[in-house]
Amino acid sequence: MASWFGHVEPAPKDPILGVTEAFLADPSPDKVNVGVGAYRDDNGQPVVLECVREAERRIAGSMNMEYLPMGGSVKMIDESLKLAYGEDSDFIKDKRIAAVQALSGTGACRLFADFQKRFLPDTQIYIPTPTWANHHNIWRDAHVPQRTFTYYHPESRGLDFSGLMDDIKNAPDGSFFLLHACAHNPTGVDPSEEQWREISHQFKVKKHFPFFDMAYQGFASGDPERDAKAIHIFLEDGHQVGCAQSYAKNLGLYGQRAGCLSVLCDDEMQAVAVKSQLQQLARPMYSNPPLHGALIVSTILSDPELKTLWLKEVKGMADRIIGMRKALKENLEELGSPLSWEHITNQIGMFCYSGMTPEQVDRLTKEFHIYMTRNGRISMAGVTTGNVAYLANAIHEVTKSN
Amino acid sequence: MAPAVRAAQAQAQPQEPSADRRLSTLVRHLLPSSPRRTAEADTSATLESFPTMASQQGSSVFATLAQAPEDPILGVTVAYNKDPSPVKVNLGVGAYRTEEGKPLVLNVVRRAEQMLINNPSRVKEYLPITGLAEFNKLSAKLIFGADSPAIQENRVATVQCLSGTGSLRVGGEFLARHYHERTIYIPQPTWGNHPKVFTLSGLTVKSYRYYDPATRGLDFKGLLEDLSSAPLGSIVLLHACAHNPTGVDPTIDQWEQIRQLMRSKSLLPFFDSAYQGFASGSLDKDAQSVRMFVADGGELLMAQSYAKNMGLYGERVGALSIVCGSADVAVKVESQLKLVIRPMYSNPPLHGASIVATILKDSEMFNEWTLELKAMADRIISMRQQLFDALKSRGTPGDWSHIIKQIGMFTFTGLNSEQVAFMRQEYHIYMTSDGRISMAGLSMRTVPHLADAIHAAVTQLK
Repeated sequence: MASWFGHVEPAPKDPILGVTEAFLADPSPDKVNVGVGAYRDDNGQPVVLECVREAERRIAGSMNMEYLPMGGSVKMIDESLKLAYGEDSDFIKDKRIAAVQALSGTGACRLFADFQKRFLPDTQIYIPTPTWANHHNIWRDAHVPQRTFTYYHPESRGLDFSGLMDDIKNAPDGSFFLLHACAHNPTGVDPSEEQWREISHQFKVKKHFPFFDMAYQGFASGDPERDAKAIHIFLEDGHQVGCAQSYAKNLGLYGQRAGCLSVLCDDEMQAVAVKSQLQQLARPMYSNPPLHGALIVSTILSDPELKTLWLKEVKGMADRIIGMRKALKENLEELGSPLSWEHITNQIGMFCYSGMTPEQVDRLTKEFHIYMTRNGRISMAGVTTGNVAYLANAIHEVTKSN
Repeated sequence: MAPAVRAAQAQAQPQEPSADRRLSTLVRHLLPSSPRRTAEADTSATLESFPTMASQQGSSVFATLAQAPEDPILGVTVAYNKDPSPVKVNLGVGAYRTEEGKPLVLNVVRRAEQMLINNPSRVKEYLPITGLAEFNKLSAKLIFGADSPAIQENRVATVQCLSGTGSLRVGGEFLARHYHERTIYIPQPTWGNHPKVFTLSGLTVKSYRYYDPATRGLDFKGLLEDLSSAPLGSIVLLHACAHNPTGVDPTIDQWEQIRQLMRSKSLLPFFDSAYQGFASGSLDKDAQSVRMFVADGGELLMAQSYAKNMGLYGERVGALSIVCGSADVAVKVESQLKLVIRPMYSNPPLHGASIVATILKDSEMFNEWTLELKAMADRIISMRQQLFDALKSRGTPGDWSHIIKQIGMFTFTGLNSEQVAFMRQEYHIYMTSDGRISMAGLSMRTVPHLADAIHAAVTQLK
């Protein structure tokens, strides 16, 4: 049968989501999925938070399903801004923040990228090396040119701070930078507070625009306020930031696609204008954002009891991961690995950048049925007391000849 | 600066009644540093580029950005909500209302939702990029028919998208990347968001004649002429049923002629199906046009929405299907659709699609749905009759038979923008400035008020 699309090439599999597909297809009883960044409990099961279940019980049957405004749920946005900018933020009081509900972190970044393209068509985006693979796709599809800046230091498996500062200084004044607010994905390497202050200072000197992708607030340290510290440092320094917030991990709302995009403006009038333009970008993409996730978020964050429960649960998730980092490192040390695994506990958040090569990762998959992305990124959320020893042993096997 | 003046300026919109327009003009003169207001709809025309540097500490790089005008459709509801009048009627957005003027969540949807919430084993993990597989299969069956040869032969690539808008956008972006023609022909008039969706997708938008104001029906001759003169292979947007905003649909015979013409010129059909089951009350009848095209073995795109027919508006549930020449092509096409979706929002929202799948796969729930759907369609058909009768009994000048000839949620009244503004100001009736009214917003109680308003507008303003 003739086709207009016969010439269409099969697309390469998404490097991250393709891992889970392969994992699911594997019949081995020993298989371990440390690929995609979705939280698992100590039994390796996905988790729906109690606060979320309770919120859903309250929502069901009581609301209609009408369209949200183009900018999304006002209540959800208000709560999101309090979470990111602080409950008592003057910027919120002065209504200086333009904010819209977005399709999780991806959608927030994409809206910002489209906005950047439309209103600042001569700008580019500086993206850290490495970063979440989809960041490149997002700004590319928005037709915003990309550059990279130094971030990860492979030798120390930590931050290449001097390289980072050089790149900030050498970028043309007024460049746009993508910064991971906390729990850098995929490396788990974050600047220290002191380093953030220096970065912020240099941004001031260079008049750069900081765009924060915050996908792990609360999930990194267990304390949402602490995880937003970098943003607050920049705000105190007088920067006017942009911020993408996701509730996929910290509220476990992955598939609900709940997030928020915000841009701090000069004043209320400007914020109204910016928000109106963000809405103009959302309208031809999906008209208005989905309701259910927004209701869950606003129900939880606006109810003191539910919010307290959430804080407890998110700390629980963060603590489990911190515990697994410790366990993995100790297991590797006990196996007598010749390498240093300090970075496992130095790094923070869901991911550990192991330092393994793609070939070593392939061996882990072929010989041990362990699934992760080929950049050696381990999703610590997939590690359990039940599989940590098996995982450590496998890693030891493929790296001991290093 | 008086706070009231600032507030008024922040709220001023281009299509306000004259008193508010005077106020916002005055306000603009009082504020030397006010942001420019762009004129009518097209935002792309009035953009400036800015220096990338903030000129001083604390000055935003977006400082001179102008406020966008209200969306012409959604802006109607915004204006309606602000109106304190007790007799106001909202005939703007196409969302169903009951006889009591309330939004409706279908019983079967509530049941499905309850089932989902009560199931402790349900999780909230990411869906695949292409969405919920079960939902996709059931959606394709719903629109193409379970016995469709295209489905039997695995020639359909279906991806879950964010309602109709999202399906159109993903389809448009896919075509801009992979199809050899970059022009899409859309009917004149069409849903206000269509041109923006396709333009941002990277396509060039042209139009073909559709509505004939003289007959308030289909300009069939003009339609055939325009499609005949379109370059070979051009993309053509077709409303599967219940054309928005006019409510004017081709007959089956006319659809057959359109199909033959399009296939002879290799024009690629892109169907927008937002009202399946909602138009006539029958899911199969409302899908006839689409199925005719599938039956001839050719390719097409189909954007499906569950916003109206399942009342799932805010959950953003829809699907894009591409009927391909072969199963191999369908596989490759699906893989490329993922590359469009991933940098847009990664994967689609879970909740609405789960509700739809729950209903469609259970025969008892499916039947209950068809009954509730028919009830909504029937109420709208009866509103059409009542409005027509009310105008007739008032002796309102003009031929109003189009009200009962047109189909679906909307009636294209034929009122001009002056008359529309008059009805808003004097009667607090809200509709889009093209004279489109949402019949779903009417009830037995409000029909007389609307009829009075139309009568006054038509007799006092020509």
